[in-house]
Amino acid sequence: MADLSCKIAGIDSLNPFWLASAPPTDKKYNVVRAFEAGWGGVVWKTLGIDPPVINVSSRYGAHHDQNRRLLGINNIELISDRPLAVNLQEIRECRAEYPDHVIIGSMMAPIEERAWKDLAQQIAESGVHGIELNLGCPHGMCERGMGSAIGQVPEMVEQVTRWVKESVDIPVFTKLTPNITNILWSAEAAYKGGADAVSLINTVNSIISVDIDQMVPEPMVDGKGTHGGYCGSAVKPIALNMVAEIARSPETKNLHISGIGGITTWKDAVEFMALGSNAVQVCTAAMIYGFRVVDDLIDGMSQWMDDKGYTSVEQFTRAAVPQVADWNELNMNFDTKAVINPDNCIECGRCHIACEDTSHQAITMTNKPEGGRLFEVVDEECVGCNLCYHICPVPDCITMEPVKTDKPPMTWPEHPLNPMRMAAE
Amino acid sequence: MTTLQAKQVSKSGAIHGGAGHNAADDGFSDLHPAYSTLQAMAESNRCLYCYDAPCVTACPTSIDIPTFIRKISTGNPDGAAKTILSANIMGGTCARACPTEVLCEQACVRNVAEDTAVEIGSLQRFAVDHLMARDLPHPFKRAPETGKNIAVIGAGPAGLSCAHRAAMLGHNVTVFEAKAKPGGLNEYGLAAYKMTNDFAQREVEFLLGIGGIRIEYGKALGKDISLAALKDSYDAVFVGVGLGSTNNLGLTGEDFPGVDDAISFIEKLRQTEPKSDMPVGNNVIVIGGGNTAIDAAVQAKRLGADEVTLVYRRGAENMSATEFEQDLAKTNGVVVRYWAKPVAIKANGKLQGMEFEKTELDASGKLVGTGETFEVRADQILKAIGQKIKTDDLAGMEIAGGKIVVDENYQTTAPGVFAGGDCIKSGEDLTVQSVEDGKQAAIAIDAFLKSA
Repeated sequence: MADLSCKIAGIDSLNPFWLASAPPTDKKYNVVRAFEAGWGGVVWKTLGIDPPVINVSSRYGAHHDQNRRLLGINNIELISDRPLAVNLQEIRECRAEYPDHVIIGSMMAPIEERAWKDLAQQIAESGVHGIELNLGCPHGMCERGMGSAIGQVPEMVEQVTRWVKESVDIPVFTKLTPNITNILWSAEAAYKGGADAVSLINTVNSIISVDIDQMVPEPMVDGKGTHGGYCGSAVKPIALNMVAEIARSPETKNLHISGIGGITTWKDAVEFMALGSNAVQVCTAAMIYGFRVVDDLIDGMSQWMDDKGYTSVEQFTRAAVPQVADWNELNMNFDTKAVINPDNCIECGRCHIACEDTSHQAITMTNKPEGGRLFEVVDEECVGCNLCYHICPVPDCITMEPVKTDKPPMTWPEHPLNPMRMAAE
Repeated sequence: MTTLQAKQVSKSGAIHGGAGHNAADDGFSDLHPAYSTLQAMAESNRCLYCYDAPCVTACPTSIDIPTFIRKISTGNPDGAAKTILSANIMGGTCARACPTEVLCEQACVRNVAEDTAVEIGSLQRFAVDHLMARDLPHPFKRAPETGKNIAVIGAGPAGLSCAHRAAMLGHNVTVFEAKAKPGGLNEYGLAAYKMTNDFAQREVEFLLGIGGIRIEYGKALGKDISLAALKDSYDAVFVGVGLGSTNNLGLTGEDFPGVDDAISFIEKLRQTEPKSDMPVGNNVIVIGGGNTAIDAAVQAKRLGADEVTLVYRRGAENMSATEFEQDLAKTNGVVVRYWAKPVAIKANGKLQGMEFEKTELDASGKLVGTGETFEVRADQILKAIGQKIKTDDLAGMEIAGGKIVVDENYQTTAPGVFAGGDCIKSGEDLTVQSVEDGKQAAIAIDAFLKSA
């Protein structure tokens, strides 16, 4: 079995799987269960300055598919609603009982130097391995000038990061909100402030659904609803892009990244790490299925590493980053075509109608003399868009085959039909 | 695991509002219990929403199956029901009685890689039952009244389907039914465990909700009404009389007490409540290889017969009963004997049994007796060897091969007289085919009346 141990922001972890700061890490009871289940670390649910916040009843909304599988959750829960001293005592106990497991203290405070520094010091004294700055929650706390209200202003991100770095001597993770126009601005700010790592993404600001009987956004609190933080597998693509942008930007590439956002399977985790995450954080998958999901996260990644010949996670961390490019760097002379394997085809017709109605009319449907239907790609019409490949319900029935070409690679800036290029000449 | 067992396992676990077997099961509760909402959600999501789907082609009424299943999956079961009923107004009966395993479900693409079709019949029942339970206005509107009057003979699936579509097209319809109740074989011919809770009558009531249809009961063709008179009084006539007569074995003693047509046995059972009041023999022989034979055999067993022996003159593969039905007989304890034909009815003051001769195919492929005989004791014999048309009252129409001859527009050789259902040669002798015949005939009649 491959060695899954990793190091992020100077912290050694048994494996790259941590639970994110959220309801699952609210108290010792949960954290003990998580460590027993196999999680390498937890980011404790965000701590604030006493008095503790008060949470509302009804806190989660859900984005289901038609089979009632959860694609995403949004939540309007605030930070820890327990007294700071209780949380810190439980952190001390967990650190003593599970010395090999990582505990990061997440914190949030108003935009005042003293508040951040005092709270950071108190948390550090509890023995945490590092501190994560929650600058992301898009609901509730931002109305009090915290959470995303800070994370959306790069100058504040830098300032807060610096305050905490000045007050403690343990690694600092600045947690970034995706509810911004350009993730690099806040990542650069965190870097300038001295962050050892960034954690991203926090939840995406959202209204997840509307109760159309009562005409109220969900989750409903006595006849009203508010926007909340969206998480779960649905937000993974948003997170992957932001992680990759930070990993490949010259200004931020030295930041360690704790990848977060809809990680549900070991393969999701590999993808986050390949795009620049040194470790990952998981929340929604555990909320849906329990802490036991870590078993396959560990086993699946380990099996995959064995199959690929990787002996440490560092060997594939950031491995896909060099291949992340701007559109202008793509080869315009590359061509790929869909190929349908009739032996695997179950004749559902979905590729045909998708291509016919919404793409390039490149898949024909003909009745076979012996009965049944034959679906064939018209190469001249196929632009290699992948739509049929993705919607086909049978794995490996449709493949995308690159077309052999003698043409040299050519980008759009080099392309003879690019008016900007022609103008430049 | 047989198909039957698979279906029973997958459907018996209905705990969330499902109508699973109850403790007071008399053997005649739903063969396939109704889906719960959870089951409908799970199964509807197995549908791949095929384009130009093979299941639609396989349905004699061409129900847009992917569309109705998608509507179930999006939480629109009443819309699903309207999709079904717009193609097949008896979608509720067909959901219960269709041999889906040889129709839509056989064509399901899920069979190809997974060997398990989407349970289209159960989903169809879920949708139609959902709509019918809501007591909403009839889902279809009539076109403006045409002032034309159509006579429909027979209130079975073909006649009622024709009546509904004709009424929808704006015509006024009078249905003449020989029996005291409507529904035809839905009411009198299908196995009781396929049509629980008086469904046939509830469906007719629903169907009549469109308006413009009047049914006159106790009006038998040739006795109370005549084709010639109807032709004179109505703008068009539709004949949906089914097959009024049954085939005989041609043996001595066929009129002996205890020797009955399976059709009559089922009819009597369907009209008996509680079912336990229905008399049945201790040792029952059923002759035949079709679904009616299976229906009779299984119901005789469920009524409490000690031994039920189904005898068929050829092999299992030659039976017209579907594989599912054959399995149903076996799992209900019916002894099935193949390759034997009845040669004598044994009676000695009362019915004793039956003598059979073993059969085989000779070198030319012809079915012949081997000379070897055996006896099966019986105090009841049910014949399910097919029905035939009752020709007496069909004068004026050409009949060929035991069926009324119709053209591609369902018109008989008598101008203005149309026909459909079991009395014509269309597809299988199935409810769903009769519904299609009636619907198409109504459309043809509409065109006929407009061109007249």
